Amino acid sequence: MKREIPLLLTGALGLLMILSFFVPHQWISVPADFMQASAIVLVAFGYVLGGANVLRVNFSAIIKQKSGWPYNLVLVLGLIATLAIGAVDGCANRGGFLNEGTTSKWIYDQLYSPMASTMFALLAFYIASAAFRAFRIRTFEAGLLAVAALIVMLGRVPLTNALTTWAPEWMRLQAWQEWIMDVPQNAAKRAILIGAALGVMATGLRVILGIERTYLGAEE
Amino acid sequence: MRPFRLPDPLRVVALLAWVVCAVAFAGSAGAQDSTGVAQIAPAAPSGLTVSDVANDAGRQLELNWKRSPDDRTGSTLVTFYQIERADQPGGPWEVVDSVAMATESYVDQSVRREQSYFYRVSSIGPGGLTPALSVTGPAVATSQFFNTARWSVLVYTLGFFAFVMFFIARAQSGQKTFLRRIPGVDAIEEAIGRATEMGRPVLYIPGILDIDDIQTVAGLVILESVAKLTARYQTAIRVPVTYPIPFAIAQDMVKNGYLSAGRPDAHDPDAVQFVSPEQFAYVANVGGIMLRDRPGAHIFMGAFYAESLLLAETGFQTGAIQVAGTANVHQLPFFVVACDYTLIGEELFAAGAYLSGDPKLVGSLKAIDLMKITLLLTILVGCALETLGHHGFTNWMATQ
Repeated sequence: MKREIPLLLTGALGLLMILSFFVPHQWISVPADFMQASAIVLVAFGYVLGGANVLRVNFSAIIKQKSGWPYNLVLVLGLIATLAIGAVDGCANRGGFLNEGTTSKWIYDQLYSPMASTMFALLAFYIASAAFRAFRIRTFEAGLLAVAALIVMLGRVPLTNALTTWAPEWMRLQAWQEWIMDVPQNAAKRAILIGAALGVMATGLRVILGIERTYLGAEE
Repeated sequence: MRPFRLPDPLRVVALLAWVVCAVAFAGSAGAQDSTGVAQIAPAAPSGLTVSDVANDAGRQLELNWKRSPDDRTGSTLVTFYQIERADQPGGPWEVVDSVAMATESYVDQSVRREQSYFYRVSSIGPGGLTPALSVTGPAVATSQFFNTARWSVLVYTLGFFAFVMFFIARAQSGQKTFLRRIPGVDAIEEAIGRATEMGRPVLYIPGILDIDDIQTVAGLVILESVAKLTARYQTAIRVPVTYPIPFAIAQDMVKNGYLSAGRPDAHDPDAVQFVSPEQFAYVANVGGIMLRDRPGAHIFMGAFYAESLLLAETGFQTGAIQVAGTANVHQLPFFVVACDYTLIGEELFAAGAYLSGDPKLVGSLKAIDLMKITLLLTILVGCALETLGHHGFTNWMATQ
């Protein structure tokens, strides 16, 4: 029964959600909407579980004084402080934890936001190093890729277009890059998306029918 | 010198003329703005109709009207149209919304089903509210039992379900199913083997989305097979997770893998770690694991966004063998460049079935192939019919 009931619930609720796509009537749409809204409650319990795991793993590292344990200490203190400040700022009489002037907002603006921006800024350098490797011409296919990439990049630069205004429209790099993006690129992308969509449907169906049940954990 | 004076009757007439001119001038000045447009209420819109929106749960009514003659072209201005609603034709009226000039339709999404409503639309300009209102009703929103715009989706979905059931039944009856090799899936075992030889752990990343994304489900299904292999090879595995529910499932998957391999004693309860749902906080943590612990193999399976290259490039710099799989088309080029093997799109969803070897799961892969052929034929037939000028099939396939 420990496995049958979850499988039955998964199947019934999965079919209800599929049915709600085809049947707009309130007999189906109201329970389907309720199920989606209920997921928020489930996620809230999940966060408690996740937070407990973070504390457990990091406390364990601090107690055993594993290599780099002061970082674990900073993480635990930061987590507890942020939670406590957020709980106080989030009280109704303070109006919300992301209001101007609250400590939570200060933490978000002065600590979280700059750190996230720094991480995102690093992406530019990673793209440059990855592009360098990608455009090394070792095979015929790699050569095609490099030529196509060169046309697309140059075709999107205003200066290149300005330099080729003398040529007929079909000969300009802009027209070539548009063709590459609209025809071969789009065709390949759509083929991948159709395959992926079928994979999504098959995986969903396997879960709903109880064929794919590994997510339920170990058999006992 | 004595000033010139008109005779009395003429003075009276002149005074009256001045008063008339002054009043006329004052009137015209008051009714014009700086652009010279008369500031009087614009004419009302006309032809107001209201109808139930089809294929919905009975929560919407659609209004259509013809613009006021003063909308853009008239001598007075229309700034916006005000839509009002009432239960009775005589009111009381409740303002539902306002829409900009030149608009001729509106969908009221705040109605109760099976209740009668009357509507009126008035035009408003600098001169005020239109004196004449366009009133119509009653209208009732009803819910439908089937969305008729989705017939084609239903037919193809049922067809796909039938294919899946057929191939699963065939696999269960013992018939062997041929599957083409997927180099990326084969590379997973190779990567774990190499990590074992190097004496380093395996890092497994099941994407950065929650369990409601099917790619995360696919990533977690593959995790079980990967954990089984690491248990067999006696190699440590680390699984940093972004959301709490995938975290709980990942814990079970890893435990299940070790149990299936007959090595429950080797299972590390801290192998799966909840990190953070914040994208770049997660990247910082995983990048740290890559640089500090130097895992011998990195396996990325699931949904990835801007962090894909940050993770894969960091991993490349550490020299680890990397296998990635995602259905996010825009991240695929990054993985192709930075990883040794990449599972593209559907291969991610096939990998779990492929690795497990379960005939029921493998059967569903054949159904995907058959459905792809069906869709290919549909596209070809659709193109041919469109070329010949027959649009019926295209219209039937359209869902909007």
